Amino acid sequence: MHASVNPTVSPARQAEAARNARDARNDRVFGWVLKSCALLVLVALLGAAASTLWGGSDAFGTFGWGFLTSDAWDPGNDRYGALVPVMGTVITALIALIIAVPISFGIALFLTEIAPSWLRGPVSSAIELLAGIPSIIYGMWGLFIFAPFVAAHVKPWLMNNFSDTPPDGQISWLVQHVPWIAKFFSSEYPFFGAGVLTAGMVLAIMIIPFISSVMREVFQTVPTRLKESAYALGSSTWEVVWDIVLPYTRSAVIGGVFLGLGRALGETMAVAFVLGNTFKFTPSILETGSSIASTIANQFGEAEGLQKSALMALAFLLFVVTFIVLLIARLMLRQLGNKEGR
Amino acid sequence: MLTSSKLRIATIVAASLFGMAAQATDITGAGSSFVYPVLSKWSATYAEKTGNKLNYQSVGSGAGVAQIKEGTIDFGASDAPMKAEDLQQFGLGQFPVVVGGIVPVVNISGLEAGKLKLDGETLADIYLGKIKTWNDTKITALNPGLTLPNTKITVVHRSDGSGTSFNFTNYLSKVSNEWATQVKFGTAVEWPTGVGGKGNEGVSQYVRQIPGSIGYVEYAYAVKNKITYAQLKNASGAYVQPNAKTFAAAAATADWKNSKDFNLIMTNAPGAEAWPITATTWVIMYKKAKNASHAKVAFDFFKWSLENGQDQAASLDYVALPDTLVKQIEGYWSAEFKN
Repeated sequence: MHASVNPTVSPARQAEAARNARDARNDRVFGWVLKSCALLVLVALLGAAASTLWGGSDAFGTFGWGFLTSDAWDPGNDRYGALVPVMGTVITALIALIIAVPISFGIALFLTEIAPSWLRGPVSSAIELLAGIPSIIYGMWGLFIFAPFVAAHVKPWLMNNFSDTPPDGQISWLVQHVPWIAKFFSSEYPFFGAGVLTAGMVLAIMIIPFISSVMREVFQTVPTRLKESAYALGSSTWEVVWDIVLPYTRSAVIGGVFLGLGRALGETMAVAFVLGNTFKFTPSILETGSSIASTIANQFGEAEGLQKSALMALAFLLFVVTFIVLLIARLMLRQLGNKEGR
Repeated sequence: MLTSSKLRIATIVAASLFGMAAQATDITGAGSSFVYPVLSKWSATYAEKTGNKLNYQSVGSGAGVAQIKEGTIDFGASDAPMKAEDLQQFGLGQFPVVVGGIVPVVNISGLEAGKLKLDGETLADIYLGKIKTWNDTKITALNPGLTLPNTKITVVHRSDGSGTSFNFTNYLSKVSNEWATQVKFGTAVEWPTGVGGKGNEGVSQYVRQIPGSIGYVEYAYAVKNKITYAQLKNASGAYVQPNAKTFAAAAATADWKNSKDFNLIMTNAPGAEAWPITATTWVIMYKKAKNASHAKVAFDFFKWSLENGQDQAASLDYVALPDTLVKQIEGYWSAEFKN
């Protein structure tokens, strides 16, 4: 009954009690260590967000809400606005997703469902290698090789078909009959490869490895029994993928997509080289633009006073944009979860 | 066993660290990327001679100035001079170390390097977006013997904040009222037109890729990448080619004598042979050194570089300061800096 101070308890019992106490204490310590590891991330995140907000308070105070809607970026006269960089960040990331998601899906399916096993190894390693390339290399490649390629082959075709100032002089049927479309494909510098679309394409190549390797991992977790049952019932490969594999792995796939999106939103160096770095507001994807991260990378080293504060404010907005994107991802996942529950 | 071997390693590490500290003094500087190539070349030779190493972080002029104000480095280097009141407030002094040229580069098919002539006003009008094609009468009037195409002009500028942009826009605001009042000058400005390339490399690549484009880069980049550069009309009305001679002429004729703390931007220098967009980088140090032994080595390094570094500067397409200016700087050191 009173085990703790009973002299008649045998030594073995005493040892056991001591061990239990030690275990309980160790468990508590281990719990604290784990908790502080997790808290460290939170503290770092909040600290970074708070310090960018603090650094940007001067700019937010000077321009107010106008900072979000102004397309000015004029260090000479100290007028700054975040509209163009925020738009550029979101649009390049969206273009990257539109290109990267179907391709990554194809890669992952090929590797898990179709590829002969001798091919799986090399292709998987190639993808992992692609993920390991530093972004400055993508930037240089984009500047020296990809942008001239876009200028020579991709852009003329797009402009011939979708813009109202086509290089071949013939305005296409589409442009004549669909209003607005020409606005998205106009270009002030037709011979110039860098721009929003080019940046989006380079970003797509950069995020394909992330998305496809997540997809490949989760596609492998689908039980063979399920797939074989579907095949046995006469499903085609596509039907198995669409009706068995994808529903089984949906939430993980979306998670992978948003991992890629997060990378695309924050990418700096590669974008700085192929985006053209101008601050003119335009809906066209063939025009040059700027992104939040590239603007900071370009100007932070030499910025002073209000300009520095405006760059800090941009950094804070990147937090906000990323947070909103993650929030949307969470909501989508919850929506899917509800549907499955029904 | 384990502890004794650990102890031994620790002793060796400590001894080697201590040994290194005893051998040589490492000085640290940070700032301008414009001056980085020549500083690293000088410091390599200087380290061979004296064993004293220079650790220079090419982080940009703004960051260099910020770091010297905080006193975390032995010297800062900036492409823009610090204002007299700032220098006084922080007890800092500054002096130029090397001269370089910034040249307009163009991509016009069939045009040879150094053939196209431009004057300041025309250059400003191009960068303001007012002159839109190469056969505009304002350009053809300056180039009577040259046939220029009806190509649209695409302006290329630096997207990153840089000393190159600082000096280029400073020149444009000296030669164009409209530029001076609307755009002003600085390491980054709101460019009225054109696209932005990152670094000299970005600008020179963009100029190569866009037919009919015009950009501005450090002279060394134009030479290395064989991009067509233009002549400019200088303040005395003569057309000059960019080269070491005209950069040196600008440094020699600039009015250093009457400048306090060398606070003088060299663009649009008055000499007959002076290249109008010539730039320098200022080294900024504490007048009363925070770390006297480091400051002593730093002064010794700059004295050695200014007096003996001409050939190395020339091999990188920089120009060493003229002798009169070096004398003036050494006078400034002994008058202003206390060791």
